[in-house]
Amino acid sequence: MNISLTGQPVSRKTPARDPSRTSTGLLPLTVRSVNLSIDGTALLKDISLTIDNNKITALMGHNGAGKSLLIRVLHGILTPQSGQVEWNGQPVEDIKVRKRQSMVFQKPVLLRRSVAANIDYVLALRKLSSKTRRDELLQIAGLSEKAKQQARSLSGGEQQRLAIARALATNPEVLLMDEPTANLDPQATSRIESLIHQASEQAIKIILVTHDLAQAQRVADDVIFLDNGNVAEHSSATTFFTQPASAAGHSYISGYLQTATEKRPL
Amino acid sequence: MQDFQHSFTYAFRLVVQADATLLEIVSLSLRVSVGATLLACLIGLPLGAILATRDFPGKWLLTVITNTLMGMPPVVLGLLVYMLLSRAGPLGWLEMLYTPGAMILVQFLLVLPIVTALTRQIIEDSWQEYKEQFRSLCLSNTTTILTLLWDTRNGLLTAALAGFARAISEVGAVIIVGGNINHLTRVMTTAIALETSKGDLALALALGMILLSIALVVNALVYSARLRVT
Repeated sequence: MNISLTGQPVSRKTPARDPSRTSTGLLPLTVRSVNLSIDGTALLKDISLTIDNNKITALMGHNGAGKSLLIRVLHGILTPQSGQVEWNGQPVEDIKVRKRQSMVFQKPVLLRRSVAANIDYVLALRKLSSKTRRDELLQIAGLSEKAKQQARSLSGGEQQRLAIARALATNPEVLLMDEPTANLDPQATSRIESLIHQASEQAIKIILVTHDLAQAQRVADDVIFLDNGNVAEHSSATTFFTQPASAAGHSYISGYLQTATEKRPL
Repeated sequence: MQDFQHSFTYAFRLVVQADATLLEIVSLSLRVSVGATLLACLIGLPLGAILATRDFPGKWLLTVITNTLMGMPPVVLGLLVYMLLSRAGPLGWLEMLYTPGAMILVQFLLVLPIVTALTRQIIEDSWQEYKEQFRSLCLSNTTTILTLLWDTRNGLLTAALAGFARAISEVGAVIIVGGNINHLTRVMTTAIALETSKGDLALALALGMILLSIALVVNALVYSARLRVT
């Protein structure tokens, strides 16, 4: 049994959605004609999309498709050369909008302090300091026993759980995650996915970058598939995995299935 | 060899008996060098952090100048400060020449580039790692710098230590602006130079032993503090 983000016990295996949850005030997310080039190479090409559901959106694509760049543009920590990103009609450049979001990076960037101090830092930053809240977040991340340990001495999976707990400390309405389970073992991945489900159940909009099809199938409600800096398709997860509309999406899924079959032991 | 042994024995006796002249010189040395290092840290730490994290016109030039000044010959700096503080100089009205204040000033100017340049390098390395996370948290410039300074405190302690080592071991600049006046501006290094030239090797050696001991104690304290933090 786990503890929910609000301290209530929830089941890990059945991430049923809370029917009473309300939509985040930051939605819809509207992206209009975003172009981003680095060193003269166009990496995001005329990206336009709208996200208006309060569920888990997976941002997928091959390596170098522009997923990590796009999620940074959506969060406002990377500025495109042209185009607009608006959260419920407000530009992402508005610091008030950005403060209502949190981001978790592929490699957790933890302060050189104890596990508890990493949470305290963010709580103090948002003027939310509370020992009860800190202990609650540590419990959610399964790190209560390691509160006094140096954050950087944790295992990879524990560090990422702490990064997620710290991201949740700001009470975000949107949680952006850039491949949070890359390089983690299946058990650690499962615990992170459990945290993602819990966050989603608490009405937090999740945008998750992943190139792991199996993970996307387990957690995503809809999929945005990027191909070479373009949005190849945006559809429900069920549609994407059964009848991908784009040739690139079809090829991606086929390639994954082929690799999975080849890996299967005889 | 006998002279050498005699000098060592006499030096040891001076230290053990807490010789008044010796204590006076050691006390002034510590006050001047610790004061100069603290002042240099007060300005050099935030300045180095700003150089590492902010982009502004002239940043490249300021960085190159700071790095260059790390190798400033102390006698040249001593001469410049002497000209500034001498009665005919632009700061002559301060009447600071041949005072401990002038010695602190010159050591501060020697240590500042060391602390600033090392801080810039240490913070820049961490900044590359923290940049996106801090932008995501919408940190203000001041909070960013304070957080970076705190998180890199181990490395910065070493920078401060390097600055202190430069100050406490310096002789050329302090002898020019301080004048090596007995009971007023005589510090360990200038006393060692004087006593050696007079042939009083025992006192010079005693001061040298204390100088080394201070370096040893300071390093041991810093190292144990670092171990406690990590």
